[in-house]
Amino acid sequence: MSKKSMSAAIAMAQREEMIRDKTVYILGLDVGAYGGAFGCTRGLWKEFGKERVMDMPIAEAGYVGAAVGSAATGMRPIAELQFSDWITIASDMLVNQAANMRYTFGGSLSVPMVLRAPVGGYLSAASQHSHMFESWFAFVPGLKVVMPATPADAKGLLKSAIRDNGPVIFFEHKKLYDITGEVPDDPEYLVPLGKARIARTGKDVTIATYSYMVNFALEAAEKLAADGIDVEVIDLRTIKPMDTDTIIESVKKTNRLCCLQETWLTCSVASQISAVVAEQAFDYLDAPIKRIGALDAPNPFSAKLETYILPSVEKIIQEIKSMF
Amino acid sequence: MTDETKKKFYKDMLRLRRFEENVQDLFAKMKILGSVHLYIGEEAIAVGACAAINKDDYLASTHRGHGHMLAKGADAGRMFAELFGKETGYNKAKGGSMHLAAPDIGIMGANGIVGGGIPLATGAGLSAQKLKNGKVVLCFFGDGATSQGTFHESLNIAASYNLPVVYICENNLYAGGVKQCFDGECKNEGMDYPRKIKDIADRASGYGMPGVIVDGNDVEVVYKAVNTAVKRARKGDGPSLIECKTYRWRTHYEVEPDTYRPQEEVARWKEKCPITCYADKLLGQGIITQQELLDIAEQVEDEMNAAIEFAEKSPEPELSEALQDVYAD
Repeated sequence: MSKKSMSAAIAMAQREEMIRDKTVYILGLDVGAYGGAFGCTRGLWKEFGKERVMDMPIAEAGYVGAAVGSAATGMRPIAELQFSDWITIASDMLVNQAANMRYTFGGSLSVPMVLRAPVGGYLSAASQHSHMFESWFAFVPGLKVVMPATPADAKGLLKSAIRDNGPVIFFEHKKLYDITGEVPDDPEYLVPLGKARIARTGKDVTIATYSYMVNFALEAAEKLAADGIDVEVIDLRTIKPMDTDTIIESVKKTNRLCCLQETWLTCSVASQISAVVAEQAFDYLDAPIKRIGALDAPNPFSAKLETYILPSVEKIIQEIKSMF
Repeated sequence: MTDETKKKFYKDMLRLRRFEENVQDLFAKMKILGSVHLYIGEEAIAVGACAAINKDDYLASTHRGHGHMLAKGADAGRMFAELFGKETGYNKAKGGSMHLAAPDIGIMGANGIVGGGIPLATGAGLSAQKLKNGKVVLCFFGDGATSQGTFHESLNIAASYNLPVVYICENNLYAGGVKQCFDGECKNEGMDYPRKIKDIADRASGYGMPGVIVDGNDVEVVYKAVNTAVKRARKGDGPSLIECKTYRWRTHYEVEPDTYRPQEEVARWKEKCPITCYADKLLGQGIITQQELLDIAEQVEDEMNAAIEFAEKSPEPELSEALQDVYAD
């Protein structure tokens, strides 16, 4: 174990997989000597050279598409987007190409690639450098969507994503990059995709959340404990496939569910969890399901307005209290 | 180029033609469903280009892709089976015409997105370069695709990294129902799109790669141009753009009303048929005889009939197939 930031854990995971498997390589904007806009490829260009850490022009459809084609022909590329908002530019390559290829071609090939992209608000970055589109991609059969909340998970999940034989979208929250935590040094430390983590055990209410919101949920839980409300926090880790078993098991114990996410609620991860729990554990609920997310507006630039739009620990506490 | 090679060119072009004519007929009879985009008139490009590469080289195709696939060495029976929606099809009846693929012979797939295959081909070039396996990639697309961002982004990346990709533009003059032609030369009264450069090959200089214009109806000319580009790519000198001037005899897709093309134009291009013109040339040069032409036609008929019979007799997929291969193991 060693204490590392999430960006360092991500660099570590990529380095280990590049040593382990010669077909793994990185392509993206500023990933080379620069070390990545958020430091996630720091040191890799120097160690592995420009053939395995390739800087790309600002051409998201072009280089993400090249990663898809390269994955289909024997390599395991990791494509990095500088901000996840620009995934819209690369979306055809993910949704119409990568996601479909194996199925549409009758299983005759696979597309083992990872797309890494920084997400999230709270940085006054306004409406083109803050948004989160995980529900769009979770919607598409053939894609997996992973969103770590801790440095250790970032390492273990990313390594599993790189070893996965299909396309995986790996969304990293910008507010988490500098948060440190203990990270296992073991180069075989893997966290399986599709398995949630109970971040805090509790008996009164379940908060199902992911990415940066795990931290908000834990902070809210500590404060709510003082008021006698014992919160269980589930860190989903993977949006698709989603570990609904763990959520349902928790709801059967706590009898209350709050779905917490940073982004908009319409047709979202929170909507999906709510539907599954309503279908499979309705009789266990002692209160209506609560959903907390962003208000329905683009992230504004003003810190005051952005704070108002996005979830806060105070809002979470208020909403949870209203469930009792 | 030996006489045998030339005879094979002729035969392969005829195979592509007869395959498509059968598809046209079977589609009209509703034995093939969905949508088909026929390659009739463009056969010289696929045959000439594929003759310049090896079996294990890569090929990325388009919605008008049957010809590429056959020319690369795909089995006509498994192709028909896919078009018929049968489990013996190349893609187990999940792809159909617009998504035919055969990775075992380097075919990375047709593509229902115009310009969608260009980044994929570029990525295969990245793989070949990294794996140092000496493979090259033929990337086919139409003139319409050259307006897509993926075209520009991919050629830019491929040129920067000297990727072993040969970009082959099949310029059949029409993108959908709109004629793409040099500004001022369009005469189609509102059914045209004015391009400000004369030739698509001109775009190559913007990326720093050779741009070549060839008669896409002349199989030998196509072969020579692609062969030169393939050699350059294999040496590590980077990509090329080859613009093949041609024409699609049919409309964009089958049963589309042909309201947007002057019929004299269609007739003029039919006179430039890549197959009959080539037969005349080989006859004139004494390379082939009338009898040999008849024999070849018979062999092609036998092949197509057997292929269609195979497809017709094949079973439909089991329902359990519907959820297979969504995710990799």
